[in-house]
Parts: sequence; structure tokens; C-alpha cells
Amino acid sequence: MAKVKTLADLRKMKSELQSKIQLRENAENPESVIQIRVGMATSGIASGAKEVYNYFVEEMAKRNINGITTQVGDMGYCYAEPTVEVLVPGKDPIVFGYVDVKKADQIIEKYVKHGELLDGIIPPNYQSII
Amino acid sequence: MSEYKMHLMVCGGTGCRASQSDTIVERFKKELENKNLDEDVQVVITGCFGFCEKGPIVKVLPDNTFYTQVKPDNVVEIIDEHIIKGRKVNKLLYVDPSKGIAEPDSKHMDFYKKQIRIALRNCGFINPEEIDEYIAHDGYEALGKVLSEKTPQETIDIIKKSGLRGRGGGGFPTGLKWEFAAKAKGEQKYVVCNADEGDPGAFMDRSILEGDPHSVLEAMAICAYTMGATEGLIYIRAEYPLAIERLQIAIKQAREYGLLGENILGTGFSFDITLRLGAGAFVCGEETALIHSMEGLRGEPTVKPPFPAESGYNNMPTNVNNVETFANIPAIINKGAEWFASIGTEKSKGTKVFALAGKINNVGLIEVPMGTTLREVIFEIGGGIKDGKKFKAVQTGGPSGGCLTEKHLDTPIDFDNLIAAGSMMGSGGMIVMDEDDCMVSVAKFYLDFTVEESCGKCAPCRIGNKRLYETLNKITEGKGDMDDLELLRNMSHVIKDTSLCGLGQTSPNPVLSTLDNFYHEYLAHVTEHKCEAGQCKSLLKYNIIADDCVGCTACARVCPVGCISGEKKEVHIIDQSICIKCGACMDKCKFNAIELI
Repeated sequence: MAKVKTLADLRKMKSELQSKIQLRENAENPESVIQIRVGMATSGIASGAKEVYNYFVEEMAKRNINGITTQVGDMGYCYAEPTVEVLVPGKDPIVFGYVDVKKADQIIEKYVKHGELLDGIIPPNYQSII
Repeated sequence: MSEYKMHLMVCGGTGCRASQSDTIVERFKKELENKNLDEDVQVVITGCFGFCEKGPIVKVLPDNTFYTQVKPDNVVEIIDEHIIKGRKVNKLLYVDPSKGIAEPDSKHMDFYKKQIRIALRNCGFINPEEIDEYIAHDGYEALGKVLSEKTPQETIDIIKKSGLRGRGGGGFPTGLKWEFAAKAKGEQKYVVCNADEGDPGAFMDRSILEGDPHSVLEAMAICAYTMGATEGLIYIRAEYPLAIERLQIAIKQAREYGLLGENILGTGFSFDITLRLGAGAFVCGEETALIHSMEGLRGEPTVKPPFPAESGYNNMPTNVNNVETFANIPAIINKGAEWFASIGTEKSKGTKVFALAGKINNVGLIEVPMGTTLREVIFEIGGGIKDGKKFKAVQTGGPSGGCLTEKHLDTPIDFDNLIAAGSMMGSGGMIVMDEDDCMVSVAKFYLDFTVEESCGKCAPCRIGNKRLYETLNKITEGKGDMDDLELLRNMSHVIKDTSLCGLGQTSPNPVLSTLDNFYHEYLAHVTEHKCEAGQCKSLLKYNIIADDCVGCTACARVCPVGCISGEKKEVHIIDQSICIKCGACMDKCKFNAIELI
């Protein structure tokens, strides 16, 4: 094992290792980062949510966007599966329907990065009480 | 490198391991591999989450789902439902008894809402056996910063300014202690970590060492730099095998990285740490006794001065700090003295870790800002008293502390308030008692402990505590009188005033505080020979209810001492002078004609 020879070495090492626990740090304060929630009940998975979920996990990391991607249960919009809810800190959550890999790419590029809305937003039909 | 999509944090503390958490980890790894998910999901063994009541704990990240009382058989279900389908396994979620609903994640649990984790910051967050995870979470940054950018005196000033006080019990300002050791002259100086946690019901230090050993190593190195020491020693009791194992791993990894050893981080500073295993004597938590024990001598205290800062281990300047005190140091250096000083009360800064035990719903380990009230700790975080019973007292400070009652519940907890209330902070054990606990017996329990643990060097502690115990025993047997109550008080004061070390000076505290707060219970024991809580067996009386007794003779036949007399089909009588209170008659009676009064 290589020795850590200077403080600069240690800091370099830390920045390389940080990705190992980034997910845990984000989970400590989920409200402060972008949260992507992919509806992954049976109907969601059947219409390709798994692929979308994997895409989000990998692409968010690749594009250096700090966020949490989780799988959640059925959101109730079964007609529009796969559905993805995006929470940007300080904004109301937005649910996108019919999300495939292409759409996911647009969500990241347009909405997540620049706050631009795009087609396929599902108006909320419920209120969360917790 | 593939990105893990989820992290499964499995508690690897002693409590959860005792309930098979290591099997759970193995099974998770195996099943994830079988299902080709091992590249998506990382299984992490962590330190204690604090919620020991409901262990083993498995926390799923990033959604913070908090599974409790997980068994190895639940592993497949968690993978199939939660990991594959995204559905939480409801039956394993924590149900708050006061709300009756399952909490979806740890962020919603009252247990965590009021906590601020500084000393426990890495417990449940990193794998204690991986130095890389510690470094990723700012580990050794504080040491690097201090060695490269601060002088020893600047570092001491930061600690002084932060207001950190020793977490082992006494509450002595840590920065000042470091300064004494820094100013002392000696050819060799030592840093010692006191991990001889011995209070009944306390497990803060053990959990920190098990969950985050590197933070203690890092802090010891920082301390060594400030005082000019090159050797560190951790005095840990041999009854903590897991903590010892994790410390050994941590020391080995730190040496391999060059974070312990010669010329650390190229700054010319050298420091290394070795372990000293203690046989588990309470008195060895006292620093002079601890030092003697490390030297291979009998674990007996000596009079201070000289303080260890002048003449400690091998008669050289030595600084002794407790585990939790050390665990706070790297956070203070990284975040600044002002940040630390902004938490807590005027004279007690920062947070304190408490081990909740006794008749409380959420037995476990918590860390709260100084100034939190006992009520918040016991009723909000601790979830209240078990089985809906009534709160009676809370014992803080272990055998050296005292019992606090309902009227103290709204006292903000800090070093000075607890002393003013007749108890003390101690190392942070908190034992909660309910209406079924007899306070005379509680005092007797602690005295039993101190009698056992007294080293015997000075007479007040060796003989005095024994006499205190005997007097308490006499009272619980119903043989005490008013003079005994007076005797208890007088003797307690003499022992406090004349004992050599902290053990004897504080051992009568449980007696004094129960006398102050529960005098009526003592009175009931000596004047009416009654124990309200029904715990003192000798004061109980078995009585045959004349109206209900049919004279079947069953009780007379089962009585081992033949103290029940009566003719067939006539009412029986118990001879109280012979009765040994075994209860056999009551068990045997089919007519519920025997009562306990």
C-alpha cells in the first residue's frame, strides 16, 4: 500500500475516494440535492423503468450531477409508465410520464441542468401528507 | 468503475452482532451475487446506529429506509421486494408505538430528529475496518491541517476556544489539560486514551471504538503534536474484543498509509500507538490508577498532585483523555472552534453521547446537544417508559452519580446543572427507572458495585462503602431504624470527604441522592416495614384470606418449611416468623385465597 506522503497527497486521495461515499452523504441531506424517483412497480418495470433507472444512475454520475436516484413504488399514473418524479431543491416536484432513455436524457439536460420544462409533465392529482 | 446504486448499511456493533448481523451480511453478499446485483448494491458493515433496542439494523441508502430486527431469513425478501421492485418491506419498518404507524425512513423517526452527531458522526456511516472510507469522509484532514498549518500552541488554542470539556466524567477543560502537558518537561511524553469504560449500563466509548476507531487515533496524534509526545497508548478493557479487533485493524492500516509512524505526512512529526489491555477494573478509569495498571503495577490510584501532566506513565508527562473527548477533536479542528462553541449551553459546549438503558422503550445510544432536557431525552428520543408505566427516576453518572426525579425532568442537561441537581454527567450512562423500582434497592445495587470495585487502598472507601452497603441491606430486610438513616447520611459525607480518589469521593452519591429525593421510601422501609415498589422481598407478607380459604390443605403440604397450619376444611394460617417467602403456597392455591401484602 502506498504511503500518504503529504497533506496534498491526502487531499487528492480523499477526492478520489469521495465517490465511494457520495451516495451516503447525499442520503444524509436528501432535500439539498436533486432527487430522481423512478416508479418501479410491476407496470413500471414492464414498460422499461429498470432501464430508465439504470440510465439515470449512470448518467447523473457521468455528467457530474450530484443527486440521488431511487426506485419507488407505483405513483398511480399507470397509463403513463414509466413515470419519473424529479425533485429539484426549492422547487415543487414534477412528474414526467412515458420516460424512456431518450426522454431521460432530455430531463437531465433540460430540466435538471437548466430548469427548462419539457413535454410529458403529469399534473399532480394528489397531495403528500408526509 | 461501476457505480453502486444502493448501499446496504448493516450494523456491526456488538449488540447487533450478537443477534446475527454478521450472518445477515454474509447472506446479503451471497444472495446479491446469485442475483447478479453485487455490482449494483454495496453491503457495508458499519458501527452502531444507536437504535440498539430493535437490532439488528439494516439501513438502505439512498432512501434511508430503516429496517429493524432483521433476521437472516429476511434477506431474500429485502432483496426481492426492496432492491428489485422498489417496495419497502413494511413488516420490518420501525413502528413508533405512540403513533402506531410504520416510519418510512430514519428521517421520520423521533429517535433521530433531536440528535446531533459529532462524536458519533461516522458510526453507522462508514465501514470502521476501511481507512479509505474514513479518509473519504474528511478523515486525517484535521491531523494534516494541524501538522502543516498550525503550531502546537495554535492547536491548543482552538481546543480551548471550543470549550470542549472532558467527556469521561469530570468535565475538565480539555484545552487546558493539553496545555499543562505541553508545558511540562520530560525526555519522553505520552498520550493515553482512557477506554476503560466501566459504569454499569454504559457503552458509549465501546461503540465509538467499534464504529469509528480512526477518529480516536487521529485525535491522539493531534494531541501528541501539541504536547510533543511520540508515543500513544490506548488502555482498553479486555472485555471489549470487537473494539480491540477494530482498533488493531485501524492502527495497522494507519501505519501502512504512513499516518502513524515516522515522519507523518512529510512534516517530520513521528507518533505511534499501542494497545494496553486492562482486566476490567472500575478504579482503573481513574487516571492515576490507569497509569499504574499500564506500568504493570496494581491498579491503585495515588494522590494528585503530581498530576499525570507532570509525572504520569513511567514518571513522564502524560495526557489522559477519554474516548469520546478524542472523537470530538477532528471535528473541532475541521469545522472550527466557533462552530463547536455555538452548540450547547454557556459552560458546556458541544454534544454528549448517552447510553439509554433500563425501563425505557428505545434502549440505545444517542448524541444530543448539551442543554437538551431530560424530558426530551427520555420521552421524545427514548420513546418513554416501557409498558406504559410511570416514570420514577433516572440515574445519571453511573455509580458516581445520582438519581434524578420527575422535578428534574425539565433541567437542561449539562455538567453544572447535573451537579447542582445532585447527580453528575459522568461518562453518560442513563438508567431509567419506573414505579416498580425500589430506590433503596437501587442505592444498594450501586453500593454492591462500588464495594466490589473498590481497590482497598484507603480505609474510607474500603470499609465505609462496605458499612453503607450493610446498612442499606439491613433496611431492605426490614431491620433498619431511624438511626440507620442518620448513619447513612453521616457516613456518606465522611466517605466523600476523606477518600483518596474519585471512586470513593463519589460512591456515596447514589445513597445521598436517593435519601434526598426519595426519603419517604426510606421512611416507609424503616417505620412501616413496607416497600412501595414491592421489590424488597423480606418486607412482603403472604397472607391467607380467611373468607376464600376452603381448607384443602394444599398449601400446607407444599410449604417447604411447614409454616402453614390448619385442620382440613378449616381456614389455614401462615406463621410469619418461619415463612421464607418462597411463594410456593400462592402458586399452589386453586382458590386465590393467598395474597401478598
